[in-house]
Amino acid sequence: MLKLYRIRWTSVFILSLGFLLPTKILAHEISGFAQGELRLFPNEALFQGQNDQSASFALQPEYYHEFKSGSSFTFVPFYRIDSGDKERTHFDIRELTYLYLHDDFELRVGVRKVFWGATEVLHLVDVINQIDLVENIDTEDRLGQPMVNLSVSRDWGTLDLLWMPFFRERTFQGTGGRLRGATLIKEDRTEYESAAEEWHSDWAFRYSHTFGDLDLGISQFMGTNREPTLLKSTDSNGDAIFIPRYEQIKQSSIDATYVVGDWLWKFESLYRTGQGNDDFFAWTGGFEYTFVGAFDSDMDLGVIGEWMFDTREQEATNAFENDIVGGLRLAVNDAASTEALFGWVQDLDTSARFLFLEASRRFGDNWLLTAELRAFVDQPADDFFFDQRDDEIMQIQLAYYF
Amino acid sequence: MHIIFTLLTFILYIAHPVFAETPEEKGLAIAIENENRDNGFQDFTADMKMILKNRQGEESTREIRNKTLEVEGDGDKSISIFDRPRDVKGTTLLNFTHRTGPDDQWLYLPALKRVKRISSANKSGSFMGSEFAYEDVTSQEVEKYTYKWIRDEDYKGEKCFVYERYPVNKKSGYTRQVVWMDQKEFKVLKIEFFDRKNSPLKTLTQTNFNKYLGKYWYPKNMFMENHQTGKSTMLIWTNYKFRNGLSARNFNKNSLKRAR
Repeated sequence: MLKLYRIRWTSVFILSLGFLLPTKILAHEISGFAQGELRLFPNEALFQGQNDQSASFALQPEYYHEFKSGSSFTFVPFYRIDSGDKERTHFDIRELTYLYLHDDFELRVGVRKVFWGATEVLHLVDVINQIDLVENIDTEDRLGQPMVNLSVSRDWGTLDLLWMPFFRERTFQGTGGRLRGATLIKEDRTEYESAAEEWHSDWAFRYSHTFGDLDLGISQFMGTNREPTLLKSTDSNGDAIFIPRYEQIKQSSIDATYVVGDWLWKFESLYRTGQGNDDFFAWTGGFEYTFVGAFDSDMDLGVIGEWMFDTREQEATNAFENDIVGGLRLAVNDAASTEALFGWVQDLDTSARFLFLEASRRFGDNWLLTAELRAFVDQPADDFFFDQRDDEIMQIQLAYYF
Repeated sequence: MHIIFTLLTFILYIAHPVFAETPEEKGLAIAIENENRDNGFQDFTADMKMILKNRQGEESTREIRNKTLEVEGDGDKSISIFDRPRDVKGTTLLNFTHRTGPDDQWLYLPALKRVKRISSANKSGSFMGSEFAYEDVTSQEVEKYTYKWIRDEDYKGEKCFVYERYPVNKKSGYTRQVVWMDQKEFKVLKIEFFDRKNSPLKTLTQTNFNKYLGKYWYPKNMFMENHQTGKSTMLIWTNYKFRNGLSARNFNKNSLKRAR
């Protein structure tokens, strides 16, 4: 019976391929990047097994195929091998999608990434894709999410319906990795609130539209929380560990960008139920102002100010329960597209602050050099980043794009 | 009497192909005639190669595909898709030009899958690190300038109107532009740009014009030279295709995400 079942699925798969192949192919392209990376931690590690430097290599090819109808197929695998942290050596399918383009709707089936949001520093309402935390702690790297996404775009706006049949667990640093807590988080002991575990069907709806100078998105998510609650436990050796537990939540959110001349005003807010015992609100918002032709040159200088707040305050499960950030974004506008972003995140209740600098420059037509500095300063013992207080990091990446 | 009046009107018409009293009115009349001749193309797609050259003569190249939709009663809508350099491949820019007031602009960043609204009030900034500013590459609506006809002269063997135009937008990088436009086909052959201090800044030369759909003249080469920095940018347009049946639905935030 099982065999028959398998044969049936195989034939469905082959039939769908057969359906795809005879269509005239317009584009048939391969692109992507290969990247080498060095990470240096100037301060000595606090926890046993951690490394003070690491070297790493990553590859992310992209295969894209467009049919005459405008429908398309995309495949983006990702692999990283890392010398410092076994958990950072990982593979992911970032994208494996068939886009069916119809006059009245767009249907996307497969593994994808979806971004929701408006602000620059904290991506508060961006809930669809799990954070690939071992890649970078800025939460901008995400794991591919299997889904079916129906999108309808009309004069009154765009409506998205997402069904997500499978959940992706967050990646966490291993013994050798920096930027982690003292206690390791054990993914092999993961627990779920739902009996269906990672096969729980998650749903999301989103309405988005542009009203003149206002871009607005209203979203609802129902399903497995992307952010785990960490349960204290011990492993077989009696060492303390954390077990990630993924609860069922409902999250309503809004995100907006408003343009007034050279000013961009940004706002994100969410209301979440089902995580822990208390429902909570969180919001972040601020501005970005750009000086075009700054310093009497071709450079653009952007000034960013954002505030982040979480009604759980000290119980918040991220570092930004009541913080402000000031940032500067510089675009040199040269042939090498030299850019830099500097930020200072200040906790409003304590002395804790977090500084970052990201800069990039192109060499030739294909090479991109990226440097990142992150520093943790004055974290008190109850701070979210206390265990990372000595994890100042200098990271250099050199990527070849093809 | 009636016949004499008609004859007189006819003679006047012959003598002044563009009917206008003051140099300002004549300048505006030329700009309006130019826009009228440009109307009705509906939509087009084209490929653009951008060659940046610095003072030392070092070159770098960008490749961009462009889709433009004519919007009745307002400025054009366009999508620019970046193919090269490879690290920005898949980045797309959606632009809604308006006759008055700032344009609407969105940028799609493929690595983050993020569509970002960007401020476009100040369009004096460089387009992709080139010598073209945003205000040079977006749709040139009549309402964006005031005009003044200067003289008629021959330029490269063609009889031209020479007129000045003054940006309405206070944040423009220019005090004025001097335009050389041929009187037969209304092709813009040359523009001299003067910066905020009224010093010569850049010169744009457009060559290798082709006629499309029997009436629309588009240049293949647009060469912008910056006299203050010694840098230059050449835009080479190829593969023009008109009336592809594009509609407003090909020019929204959703289509921006899948444009490639």
